[in-house]
Amino acid sequence: MTAVLESLSSLCLLLGGVLCITGGVGLLRMPDFFSRVHASGVTDTLAAPLLLIGLLLQMEWSLDSVKVILILMLVLATNPTATHAMAKATLHGGQQPLVFDDEESTGGEDTSKP
Amino acid sequence: MLTAAIVAILVTMFLALIRTFLGPTEYDRMLAANSFGTKTVLLIALGGYALSWNSFLDVALLYALLNFVGTIAVMRFFEYRNAPEEGNGPESAA
Repeated sequence: MTAVLESLSSLCLLLGGVLCITGGVGLLRMPDFFSRVHASGVTDTLAAPLLLIGLLLQMEWSLDSVKVILILMLVLATNPTATHAMAKATLHGGQQPLVFDDEESTGGEDTSKP
Repeated sequence: MLTAAIVAILVTMFLALIRTFLGPTEYDRMLAANSFGTKTVLLIALGGYALSWNSFLDVALLYALLNFVGTIAVMRFFEYRNAPEEGNGPESAA
């Protein structure tokens, strides 16, 4: 039982760490603010619960586990909200998403970047 | 495996910090700062357990709350900064 919990916790921590680094690289390398929001926000929302569940499986059940569950629910609720607020504020602030026109290229000759 | 996760969080925090200093617009900086704050919560939770601190989870919980409120506050400031004369402020536009 302990070995099963240990391996499950290791799997969660490893997946969470990989997702974390993926989000960081996406945040650094994406060309546009909105794609950066996508790269960072989506991976954060999955990576934080995975890391916290991995931590939860390692510690024995006590009041601290309740606190970890509380942090998990808080992150799950607030992270998409903050991401949405940032994207909305950026769109209202006059920034436009980087768009590659595909409709012209389907009828025309080549893919043209604006 | 806990150490590997902590190292991954630290690497991600470093990447977010680079984007914070590099970001072309203020929105990019705020996004990277928010990501940095979320990673700080995770780092406190995992690192406090690894180093067996006393009440690290309270600190992490408080930091998560403060991070969210701070991000929302700064984003509302950015959103309504450019049009201060329309209506009576944020209440009429919300």
